[in-house]
Amino acid sequence: MGNNGTENMAKGGALSIRNATKIYDPEGVHVVALEDCSLDIKAGEFVAVVGPSGCGKTTLLNIMAGFDSLTKGEIYLDGELLAAPGVKPKPGPDRVVVFQHGALFPWKTVLENVIYGPVIQNQMSRSEAIEIAKERLSRIGLREIENVYPGQLSSGMQRRVEIVRALINNPLVLLLDEPFRGMDSVTKSASHECLLELYDIFHKTIYFITHDLEEAIFLSDTVAVMTTRPGRIRMTIKVDLPRPRDYRMLSSEKFLKLKEMAKDAVHEEALKAFQRGERELA
Amino acid sequence: MGKSDTIKENRGNETSIRRQPSVAVQLKRKLLNRTSLNGTVAILGFFVLWHLLVVMQAPFMKHIPTPVTVSKTFFILVQKKLFWVSLWFSTKRVFYGFVAAQVLGIPLGLAMGWSRKFKDLTFPVFEVLRPIPPLAWVPVSILYWPTNELSIAFITFIGAFFTIVLNVLRGVASIDKELYRSALSLGAKPQHIFWKIILPSSIPSIATGMMVGIGITWNVVIAAEMIAGDKGIGRLTWEGYLAGDTPTIIVGMITIGFAGWISSAAVKIISDKMMPWRRLF
Amino acid sequence: MDTNLILPVIIISAFSIWIFYHRQKKLAVILGISTSEQIKKTLTSQRFWLLILGFALTIGFWYAAVYWLPFKAFHRLPGPDEVVIEWLSRDPYYGISIYTKEYYVHIIYSFYRATTAFLLATVLGVPFGLLMGWSRRFYEYSFPLVEMIRPIPPLAWVPLSILMLPGVEPAVIFVTFLVAFFVTALNTLLGVQSIDQAYFRAARCLGASSKEILYDVVIPGSLPYIFTGLQIAMGAAWFSLVAGEMIAAQYGLGYLIWQGYSLVKYPTIIIGMVTLGFIGYGSSVAIRYVGKKLMAWREQELGGGAGVTHGE
Repeated sequence: MGNNGTENMAKGGALSIRNATKIYDPEGVHVVALEDCSLDIKAGEFVAVVGPSGCGKTTLLNIMAGFDSLTKGEIYLDGELLAAPGVKPKPGPDRVVVFQHGALFPWKTVLENVIYGPVIQNQMSRSEAIEIAKERLSRIGLREIENVYPGQLSSGMQRRVEIVRALINNPLVLLLDEPFRGMDSVTKSASHECLLELYDIFHKTIYFITHDLEEAIFLSDTVAVMTTRPGRIRMTIKVDLPRPRDYRMLSSEKFLKLKEMAKDAVHEEALKAFQRGERELA
Repeated sequence: MGKSDTIKENRGNETSIRRQPSVAVQLKRKLLNRTSLNGTVAILGFFVLWHLLVVMQAPFMKHIPTPVTVSKTFFILVQKKLFWVSLWFSTKRVFYGFVAAQVLGIPLGLAMGWSRKFKDLTFPVFEVLRPIPPLAWVPVSILYWPTNELSIAFITFIGAFFTIVLNVLRGVASIDKELYRSALSLGAKPQHIFWKIILPSSIPSIATGMMVGIGITWNVVIAAEMIAGDKGIGRLTWEGYLAGDTPTIIVGMITIGFAGWISSAAVKIISDKMMPWRRLF
Repeated sequence: MDTNLILPVIIISAFSIWIFYHRQKKLAVILGISTSEQIKKTLTSQRFWLLILGFALTIGFWYAAVYWLPFKAFHRLPGPDEVVIEWLSRDPYYGISIYTKEYYVHIIYSFYRATTAFLLATVLGVPFGLLMGWSRRFYEYSFPLVEMIRPIPPLAWVPLSILMLPGVEPAVIFVTFLVAFFVTALNTLLGVQSIDQAYFRAARCLGASSKEILYDVVIPGSLPYIFTGLQIAMGAAWFSLVAGEMIAAQYGLGYLIWQGYSLVKYPTIIIGMVTLGFIGYGSSVAIRYVGKKLMAWREQELGGGAGVTHGE
């Protein structure tokens, strides 16, 4: 394994979300997306956020990434104010997002995509970046696709490349917006293995949005269940399964118990959201 | 289950399901927002600049009248019968050419999309004729058709025809193969496939073809009138040029612009009516 | 005039040879001359015979209508044989054939005008469109103006531009430029608007500055639309050019066609039309070729086939 000083255990990356509130007011329609949402994420912790559609998981991610602003409350990153009303962080390589539908630049080859961040930030020389990128790609089983365009890859491969592209920047926090949504179960479990492997190596703080409870529990240290809109944290579930994780754990008693617990909470919120959705459509 | 799917699709965009604010509020917002204010400023600035350049005798503007003169001429012209007759003739020509292009072009495009053999037979010829600019047909058209009116309508027809056929063909080509298969598995006969799948699925492309076509049609009519016509708003503009009457030229241009714009709006309304399912978006 | 002709003649010949070379493969397949197996395959394919039949029917109908059928209107038109004989004649009766200098002078004039206008439209239209898509403020000021001026058909500008500009030549080029400019600019704008927001966000996450976003996201992302726009612009440019030449210009294929009419040289009209078709087709092939070269990623993604769709 290359030792470039970029692979050390994460120092930093602790997130503290305090009473985060977001109100959208386009054209005079008041929509409370987040209300008094509080959550603490330790440095290097893997947090999976689950909750019904439109509950504000993505809003929170967008605020942390710097794509959106807060209406009330504040968010701290390693004790420093990151976001507050009137304080909108610049999106940057310390908080890299992996997007739901993927955002590898289709006009750049896989290799050019991966080295893009460090090269434009002048963190590494081009050749240095290429070397590291190649090594990282081959580590997760993506050899010999460097000069291929993303359009030719399967969605699972694309998402893995995108995670590599994010990690090569050595971010404090990795923000994953449902990266494995809509994948078939085989691709999905391969992607899980890849993400777990990378997490075990780099130990970055991860904010991981998903709809899939099993996925949430299998991957994370903490599952945060959000309420239906206005979104806040309904409960957090500590997942004390040992690492490295193995798919066999999916059938362990402990896992099933955790899943049961989370399921009840999410189900209730989903019902609420469903009824509200019907009201609003009517 | 279907419902929860729709809701799922809306996630990430928390504001997609919402009540509409009152009409008054909407109108106020529309008129007072930055976008339309800036647009108004730009358009006003354009006229002021135009006026100043003429007054200051800037280069290129020697023969150009001020906006004030143009508007005066406009008010004189709209009181004349000639103006309205010209407009009527141009509109008529656009209408005939456009309708003929739809009436012949849509079935041809559908037939090409429907039958592989028919396409192989006709499409190469079509592709050879297509790159010839419509105005190049003017002499042939004058020679062939007995009246001037028919010649101009024919050239207009040529202008819109190729676009509409190509769009229909593209629409048929883009139909999802699964639609055919599901229809076949439900026991559909070829005629059912044509009426229930090919025709409705290609309506959006027909609409696109119409939108593009109407623009071309006005272009062609104006040019044809300048080259060969008598009467018509293009002719009026050209005669303004021959007489050295620049305000009339500009009034003609503005009128043509308006007429084209109104026709496009009309076509847009018609195409929206043809696709009720599209209005949801 | 003679010495002035040399450079354009070289350019045009090089251009035609290049197009022919580029299309050779496809042409060979169509004509079935690449390999003996190909010949066999082509000759036995229904498609090939239908293609031949289609052309044969069209030309046969033309011939029959002019010489045999009792439609008086057709009798005024020249027959296909007359046109071909005239076109290939060393001593053309009406003065225009592939052996006369005049023919090429007209082609060069049109070609020169179209390319000048088109290049000008590309050089100005693409940055203008990018800027409109790039800067919200610029868009707010410029878009309403564009929308105000655009509905006026380009040909309606002919009289005004003759008055404004010194002489007919710049006026014809200006009118041709104008139509190509709007098409290019609006398609470029559409291209920028079509780029998924996620690419902008991803670039910013990875630390890209505005300038880098412009080069790495905005320009490559809008290329497909830009090239659709350029292709449409080329067609539109020829469209207005021909009209402009018929109305006002000296020389040029539009002028040739119109002269053919007014001086009763009917086969010349058809020769002009067919030549225009060829050149128009050639220029659109050239643009598609450049677009493909620049968008290798798209070719691969689409499996090498599908062309870009219409971007109006």
